[in-house]
Amino acid sequence: MMTISTRAAPELAPATAHFPGYDIGGLAGTSFKPQHLLAILEDGEPRGFFEVHAENYMGAGGPPHAALARLRQDYPVSLHGVCMSIGGPERLDKAHLERFRGLVERYEPALVSEHLAWSTHRTTYYNDLLPLPYTAATLARVSDHIDEVQETIGRPLLLENPSTYVVLKESVMSETSFIRELAKRTGCGLLLDVNNVFVSAINHGYSALEYLADFPLEHVGEIHLAGHKEQEDDEGERLLIDSHDGPVADAVWTLYQRVIRRAGPIPTLIEWDSAIPDWPILKAEAEAAQAILDREAAAILDERVLTHG
Amino acid sequence: MADVPSRVPLEACDYAARFAAPLLDPACTTPALVAGPNSKRADKRFNVYRNNVTVSLIEALAATFPAVQRVTGEVFFRAMARFHVRESPPTSPLLFEYGRDFPDFIARYEYAQSMPWLADVARIERAWLDAYHAADAKVLAADAIAAIPAERLGGIVFEPHPATRLVRSVYPAVTIFAANRAEGPVSRVDNAAPESALVTRPDLDVIVRRLSTGTDILLDALLRGRPLAEAAEIAATQCPTFDLAAGIAVMLEAGAFTAIHQGG
Repeated sequence: MMTISTRAAPELAPATAHFPGYDIGGLAGTSFKPQHLLAILEDGEPRGFFEVHAENYMGAGGPPHAALARLRQDYPVSLHGVCMSIGGPERLDKAHLERFRGLVERYEPALVSEHLAWSTHRTTYYNDLLPLPYTAATLARVSDHIDEVQETIGRPLLLENPSTYVVLKESVMSETSFIRELAKRTGCGLLLDVNNVFVSAINHGYSALEYLADFPLEHVGEIHLAGHKEQEDDEGERLLIDSHDGPVADAVWTLYQRVIRRAGPIPTLIEWDSAIPDWPILKAEAEAAQAILDREAAAILDERVLTHG
Repeated sequence: MADVPSRVPLEACDYAARFAAPLLDPACTTPALVAGPNSKRADKRFNVYRNNVTVSLIEALAATFPAVQRVTGEVFFRAMARFHVRESPPTSPLLFEYGRDFPDFIARYEYAQSMPWLADVARIERAWLDAYHAADAKVLAADAIAAIPAERLGGIVFEPHPATRLVRSVYPAVTIFAANRAEGPVSRVDNAAPESALVTRPDLDVIVRRLSTGTDILLDALLRGRPLAEAAEIAATQCPTFDLAAGIAVMLEAGAFTAIHQGG
């Protein structure tokens, strides 16, 4: 007899288990990659959190759920949807929304997020985060979609700002105004992806600092940091690609420090989704973010002591 | 808020149709609704999206069909996958569901005609991923049928485990699959005998077994809900050397079933 096996996975956790309600405040985390699970569990004292792409856990059972359930026992988890198509003109996919709700209920994530983008049109799923024009019509439509998601899952969603490569000519609002208006209308929170801000700013020739100055930081519940790649546009000018395949760029770290200085120690995630390194390398990126968060938390404490002490 | 969508003019919402049409069609030019900053040209910019879509879907197929890619080599595989992605893009946002039509595509792909067994290798890989994501369920204990009185044995019906898949092939598809999923060099496959694959996942590990002829016929009938006596007769008729006891033992050991019922 011949057998082909998957890698040994840890024991299955009961699907009905309720998980500890860990606090995610002021923590740094990373994307969760199943190949890192054993290294993570052997790492000793858990600190931080992990983010998973919801769609990878929408199968009925098997190793993905076993791994996530094991991880969730020791860590807070952030559930990050990548294909709800919230930014699309069509109605949300009810079956997909129901699967999303099921994951929120099963894993009790500390954070739940989705993208200001679309990925499905008619019957085709394009597997990319595609851009939308910022108009009164799309504002109304996207607000409805966010309302529907939030009503279904019974909690607020964090909406992520996109990285984009083109301008949609029909846009009549800035991205920051559009996002601010969405938060106001729906009560949703925001996921500020600082790498996306940098990538879009370079690609469209505006100032990342001005974008951040105009961004409603008071609604931000999570920050993303990631690596990007460089190409050229039709005129030979720099075009950055949001590739998630390497370390966070120095310029993005600099912007991140400014955001934390202004907004306080917001939970921060290092995204790394392709050319995935060994766990120690990914962990070191998270530790760099954690150091910035800890410094800010200490500074806030100092200020309090000096003011009231 | 509920009445807002109906007041949104349709033309204001067709950006997705206009943006999507060229994504998988290289003959289609950059859509007029996009530009670079300050009205710069946007061909290369739009191509970032075309590239993201096409390449990520080719990579999804490569992740599901690694043995097929190892057989064909990366350049051949990616060219074949690109044709398939453009012809049959995914209809579900769950990428682990993608590629169900890929084995049939391989079977009629002009440049793969010299490898008539390749589609069956792909079918085993697709079954492997289905088993991987299938619902968790307890398997039927190996001694479960020992307790059944002999006169009732012929009437029992087996309930398949959610992960169980049978892939029948007239080629040595299991040998080729196994050799190309294992680490290390692949030696020449001289065996030309037909092989059927039984794919199960009794716990967390997906297991692929080679089933002898006869046992595969028996299992095929059982998976269709035929009672044991009827299934055994089909197998014995089509395969005179068929050994019923050995066949049942293999299937129970593999964890192919979750329960037995007394059939009507």
